[in-house]
Amino acid sequence: MAGKTLYDKLWDAHRVYDNDDGSSLIYIDRHLVHEVTSPQAFEGLRLAGRTPWRRDSVLAVPDHNVPTTDRSQGIDDPVSREQVATLDRNCAEFTITEFMMNDLRQGIVHVVGPEQGATLPGMTVVCGDSHTSTHGAFGALAFGIGTSEVEHVLATQCLMQKKSRNMLVRVDGRLQPGVTAKDIILAIIGRIGTAGGTGHAIEFGGAAIRALSIEGRMTLCNMAIEAGARAGMVAVDDQTIDYVKGRPYAPTDAQWDQAVAAWRQLHSDADAVFDQVITLDAAQIAPQVTWGTSPEMVAGVDGYVPRPADLSDPVARDGLERALQYMGLEGGVAIQDIRIDKVFIGSCTNSRIEDLRAAAAVVQGRHVAANIKQALVVPGSGLVKQAAEREGLDRIFIAAGFEWREPGCSMCLAMNADRLEPGERCASTSNRNFEGRQGPGGRTHLVSPQMAAAAAIAGHFVDIRHWQGGH
Amino acid sequence: MQPFTTLSGLVAPLDRANVDTDAIIPKQFLKSTKRSGFGPNLFDEWRYLDVGEVGQDPATRRPNAGFVLNQSRYRGAQILLARDNFGCGSSREHAVWALVDAGFRCVIAPSFADIFFNNCFKNGALPIVLPTAVVDRLFSEVAQQPGYRLQVDLQSQQVTLPTGEHFSFDIDGFRKHCLLNGLDEIGLTLQHSAEIRGYEARRRNEAPWLFTASK
Ligand code: SF4
Repeated sequence: MAGKTLYDKLWDAHRVYDNDDGSSLIYIDRHLVHEVTSPQAFEGLRLAGRTPWRRDSVLAVPDHNVPTTDRSQGIDDPVSREQVATLDRNCAEFTITEFMMNDLRQGIVHVVGPEQGATLPGMTVVCGDSHTSTHGAFGALAFGIGTSEVEHVLATQCLMQKKSRNMLVRVDGRLQPGVTAKDIILAIIGRIGTAGGTGHAIEFGGAAIRALSIEGRMTLCNMAIEAGARAGMVAVDDQTIDYVKGRPYAPTDAQWDQAVAAWRQLHSDADAVFDQVITLDAAQIAPQVTWGTSPEMVAGVDGYVPRPADLSDPVARDGLERALQYMGLEGGVAIQDIRIDKVFIGSCTNSRIEDLRAAAAVVQGRHVAANIKQALVVPGSGLVKQAAEREGLDRIFIAAGFEWREPGCSMCLAMNADRLEPGERCASTSNRNFEGRQGPGGRTHLVSPQMAAAAAIAGHFVDIRHWQGGH
Repeated sequence: MQPFTTLSGLVAPLDRANVDTDAIIPKQFLKSTKRSGFGPNLFDEWRYLDVGEVGQDPATRRPNAGFVLNQSRYRGAQILLARDNFGCGSSREHAVWALVDAGFRCVIAPSFADIFFNNCFKNGALPIVLPTAVVDRLFSEVAQQPGYRLQVDLQSQQVTLPTGEHFSFDIDGFRKHCLLNGLDEIGLTLQHSAEIRGYEARRRNEAPWLFTASK
């Protein structure tokens, strides 16, 4: 019999029982909650007179609606305020741990979980948020769920799921300097498309993935959902274990040793069989820039915006024309000739300390270009912010003309006051370039933190591999 | 949950691929803490020329006459005909709530994004996957025949065209059972409480670190 994949192992360890139709009831170890997708779930519990099955598995944090400017006076927008207050009330009523808005540990739920060690290898982790795939970086089975499923997990600690197929994305070789995990995942999505991983759990492997830091692996897994896969994951290695050690929720003493022994098994067996295998050569990946309204509409920074006339399939050509019209771009334009208005460094994809260090190294001693109306840096959590300030990164950004903000989702989805105006063009380290994502009519180009930082200085996209820092 | 058994419904076409949940229901409407009332803002940025805000009276909005769902021939449609990867992007169940609130009970497409697909079943809505060639044909028939309707029968797993031709679709047994009977999935799972507790006892022994309390 063939060996098991990492996903098979995680799945099997969490099966409570199987149905005849191939679905199984899966046990959930960690349930992360935020304010946007939970109110109706708590309301459902209340209406049915139910209580949470295992309160201690739940960790809640408001992130989507919180302002990133001074919030000591609370939230101005009454609707946002009410949504955050609803989370506070629900957590109090059901005695669920919450890092409230002014807690130092508050931040984007996918940054906070790993930072606290609330995400551990081998766990099943869910959240009413598609980017829950991020937590797969730890060799965990982590996926986003809808609000009805949030209620289901609260009430039963379980979910009825059908097993996905196994997909391996292997990235061999070494990245060029200046090329990051973000570029790897954008290149993968460019190759397989936004539906390429639908119905699959993706394991990322190969030398280039093992060489990534844990934070880089989180960036990678974060966008597995943009490749259509609910879950992305990376096998456990020494780096994973070192990262988890000593975190507030991590096991200690004898339990730590016992846990590490179990975590060492969290990799695909050598003879495991995948339903699909995709391979990429890391050395061939250029820094990536999306030019359209879907993450698969992406090119190397040395490339061009495609021309509709070159496409023969009418649905694809139509989609391309619509995207170019929305983006205000002509086919054939060089990516490096695209000038931008705003820069956003943040989101659960790229707001951890390594991202901020990488961006700060690019802007140090330089200033944003005259055409840049706003450049925002939004750390992923209060603890990331504090660490960055200890290193003086805030001063580097501020001196370069960036705004240094409080942690939250911010302009990744513009549910708070941070947003693009219609027609504004943004270099963004976030994960979605959908129409209106960063504000109605706003135009988003997804890039790595280094590329966003360099674009801020130059005023347009530049190839970070060769860029010397001029305008 | 409202059961889904059969549906004979007017079909509305949305001829674009990769329709994401941000497009189905834009983020400003996610601030609601309710499950209902999202229908007027379904596809808000495409349906209206002005920018949608929470709490507007839909009667004061400027509709985009060019958007297909605003055409009077599709008023009252219950079946949405769509393209590949429908419902991609965010996990927001609000997307399904908006579709259902606007009267849609069924979406037909060549493929769906996984989370959206799951969310449908929790709300008495049926996502149906049909081959691209069939969907292509439905798009052209809808365009040519005003008042075009399809019959959907969940029990027999068939979509029937006005000509009487029919196409079968797949659905998992458990989901079908829940939809047909309008069952509350939580209640069903709780009937297995003893098994869940048994699993927990075993795991607590094997992997006690998974049961440390959050703090
Ligand atoms: S940062 Fe963006 S993608 Fe991440 S959880 Fe927040 S809104 Fe979602």
